[in-house]
Amino acid sequence: MTVVAGLDVATIKADFPILNQDRAGSDGKPSRLIYLDSASSSQKPRQVIDAMSSYYENSNANVNRGAYSLAVEATDLLEGARQRIASFIGAPSSNEIIFTKNATEAMNLVARSWGGTNLGPDDAVLITEMEHHANIVPWQILAAEKGFAIRWIPLTEDGQLDLTDLDRLLDGVSLVGVSAMSNVLGTLNPVRRIADAAHAAGAIVLVDAAQLVPHVPTNVVDLGADLLAFTGHKLLGPTGVGVLWGRAELLDSMPPFLGGGDMILDVRKDGFTTNSLPHKFEAGTPPIAEIVGLGAAVDYLSNLGMDAVRAHEVSLTAYAMRTLREVVGEDLVIHGPAEPAARGGVLSMKVGAAHPHDVSQVLDQHGIAVRAGHHCAKPLMRVLGVNATTRASLYIYNDEADVDQLAEALVEARDFFTL
Amino acid sequence: MPGLDDLYREIILDHYRSPRNRGELETPPAAKAEGFNPLCGDEIVVYVATETNNDGDEVVSDIAIGGQGCSISQASASMMSAAVKGKTLTEVANLTSSLKSMMSIEVEGTDAAVDSDVSLGDLQALSGVVKFPVRIKCATLAWNTLAEAVTPTD
Ligand SMILES: Cc1ncc(COP(=O)(O)O)c(C=O)c1O
Repeated sequence: MTVVAGLDVATIKADFPILNQDRAGSDGKPSRLIYLDSASSSQKPRQVIDAMSSYYENSNANVNRGAYSLAVEATDLLEGARQRIASFIGAPSSNEIIFTKNATEAMNLVARSWGGTNLGPDDAVLITEMEHHANIVPWQILAAEKGFAIRWIPLTEDGQLDLTDLDRLLDGVSLVGVSAMSNVLGTLNPVRRIADAAHAAGAIVLVDAAQLVPHVPTNVVDLGADLLAFTGHKLLGPTGVGVLWGRAELLDSMPPFLGGGDMILDVRKDGFTTNSLPHKFEAGTPPIAEIVGLGAAVDYLSNLGMDAVRAHEVSLTAYAMRTLREVVGEDLVIHGPAEPAARGGVLSMKVGAAHPHDVSQVLDQHGIAVRAGHHCAKPLMRVLGVNATTRASLYIYNDEADVDQLAEALVEARDFFTL
Repeated sequence: MPGLDDLYREIILDHYRSPRNRGELETPPAAKAEGFNPLCGDEIVVYVATETNNDGDEVVSDIAIGGQGCSISQASASMMSAAVKGKTLTEVANLTSSLKSMMSIEVEGTDAAVDSDVSLGDLQALSGVVKFPVRIKCATLAWNTLAEAVTPTD
């Protein structure tokens, strides 16, 4: 029963310590966590936790500096992770993988470095109404300084990008920022089509792949991206590490973001010479254990196979959409595309008249973790005409039983708060 | 883990289902303030009209509540609107401090003796919120917004 197309969920669940612990339930009875908030942050398998503690126990030293063998070992672990992460997203070279703190920092790097040198009062940046604040606010901060315009690709009724006016919107635009998969609606956006149109109009494309890379086989070249950002903690990896991938020539043409150690070849009283990629954008000691952990996370997903991960999520999403509608009934609204193949396993819901905060409180009593709120996408919330949604998001360790329990608890929440 | 009944007392659900004093007041003469809970996107609008009574004290003569939010923020706002009508601004401030100390929030410049004199009445029903720390902000949103509305801006 736990084998949903492509993955053996029972075996996977056994790898996640947090999913195998008894937690105190509301009635005092121990219960298992039903974790449905992976779009916010995923849980971590034993393999990732072990790789990080093994690094600290056996290989800890600063990287890129020491000549002693331990420092070489630490550097090799870090660079090995970089290579595996590069091949995980189809990057032509591991020098194009820049480690950042998270996706947010990766996009701020692009805004500051590329935007800071390429955008002026006559320019425009085009983003979408479904962007996360991390791909909105860096542009707003920079626009206040540089005076460029920010344009928005609107949405259709069912939460897809409305590309009818794309060519007109692209006129005079130098960068397009687009989320590959919405963290609220689950929509998988046609990045390739947008990238082709953007390139024809002379613009470069920054892809926010924070939700894509953990869930869908990703190839940066096939996507047509120029720059692409994602974050480790949504990808079975630790917090504190993210990635910016960029085409090497583009990254080479951009000035450094943060200054300090590691990003220089030489420093004199009258100036400095920048190091080559990727170090040019990695000032200071990197989060070494976290990078090692992210490498282990990518190995874990590669072993499962990203095609199998995606197949599991499409089939579980289809099951969830069907079951929730059946069990909760007419007063359940699931925002976003109706077709499971057109979306990821992110289900943003309106549950009758119940407020998301109250819904998640009732669910918490059953050990079910979901997110209630605006999901860092307030412009999108305004387009949807809601203040908040209740969001359940699925991943490799979720199965039909989790969805069934969610459905029952939603009915209880709905009935409790029926006006 | 505390149960749902601790949080969602009957009085709270009643105020949530039939909120008192919903609406708007004309500004001016009424004052208006908006409050946001950045965590969940809830927003509340408090309209408050005051007049000076025979003793020379400023009194809440009318109050109206707008905005959207969860049951706790809506019920707290509704109970607040019922509780403060006709009270002087000093009494409102004392009531606010009592409510906040019930929520275990340290309030500067109040002495405990004053607090224990203030009867919370129906507002006592919000005492369960303290067991759900993430919801304390929901319960205090309306009160902070009211305080902002009655604070002179110049
Ligand atoms: C689509 C999207 N972009 C960006 C981010 C930001 O990720 P982080 O907070 O790790 O920087 C998130 C996660 O919250 C996201 O869902």
